Amino acid sequence: MTLVRLLFYVMSFIAIASALYAALSKNLVRSIFIFFVTLFALAGLYVIALADFVAVTQVVIYVGGILVLILFAFMLSGKETLNVIQQQKGKFINMAKVPAVILAVLFLAVIVNIILKADADNLPWVKQAIAQNNEITPANSTIENIGVNLMTTYLLPFEAISVLLLMTLVGAAHLSRKEGSA
Amino acid sequence: MITLTDFLLVGALLFCTGIYMIVSKRNSIQVLIGIELMLNAAILNLVAFGKYDKLNNGGQVFALFAIVLAAATTAVALAIILNVYRRYKTIDPDEIKNLRD
Repeated sequence: MTLVRLLFYVMSFIAIASALYAALSKNLVRSIFIFFVTLFALAGLYVIALADFVAVTQVVIYVGGILVLILFAFMLSGKETLNVIQQQKGKFINMAKVPAVILAVLFLAVIVNIILKADADNLPWVKQAIAQNNEITPANSTIENIGVNLMTTYLLPFEAISVLLLMTLVGAAHLSRKEGSA
Repeated sequence: MITLTDFLLVGALLFCTGIYMIVSKRNSIQVLIGIELMLNAAILNLVAFGKYDKLNNGGQVFALFAIVLAAATTAVALAIILNVYRRYKTIDPDEIKNLRD
């Protein structure tokens, strides 16, 4: 077992375990802070998949931006959010959650079945990419190539997403203004 | 060597955890965390397949786009949550039954 494989198992264990804890925890604050750990572990998985630029972006935007926003929402919405959690205490198995568990487990069974049947490692285009030496290896740096591609091949989606970001900026500012002040 | 199937299995587990959170939680912020988990599972799949595209970098570029989209979604969703809290004094999705009259 190589070191990379060991790191992959450690990272994926941390990611899945912390995601499960965030899902099962009844404490909202714990659930938010353990989500930090999930995001960092996922950034580690991206590094193992040889996408270092995506990993850095994940840390900057998700951990620096989205989680701070979620913390803001939690703090601004006050103690009412904690009252919901107080009501759920005491019951070990909550009957209302059984359908959710069944749905998630059945969906997992379907997805795992499809993944094992699809046999992604032997797909024709993946084999072709390996044969044509089109596979990213740990030796080469991808960041320069991403920058060039972003400004040439993917220029249209890039512009579209910039317009979308402007729209969300205006929309969020409009939604969160004080009522009646127009 | 880590195979594609390993990454896909991790992604599937994260996706199902996200589904469980969305369906079962009685708190809008935790539902939002579930949505973020599902998005991250999708991004993991994009990155894993993007390894086999050195020339065009399709997987990694679209993973970046997906991260930006997630940020935009979260900003709007949090503005909506704050508005709902101001109107109903709760953010439990089950309690919100009325439209604006």
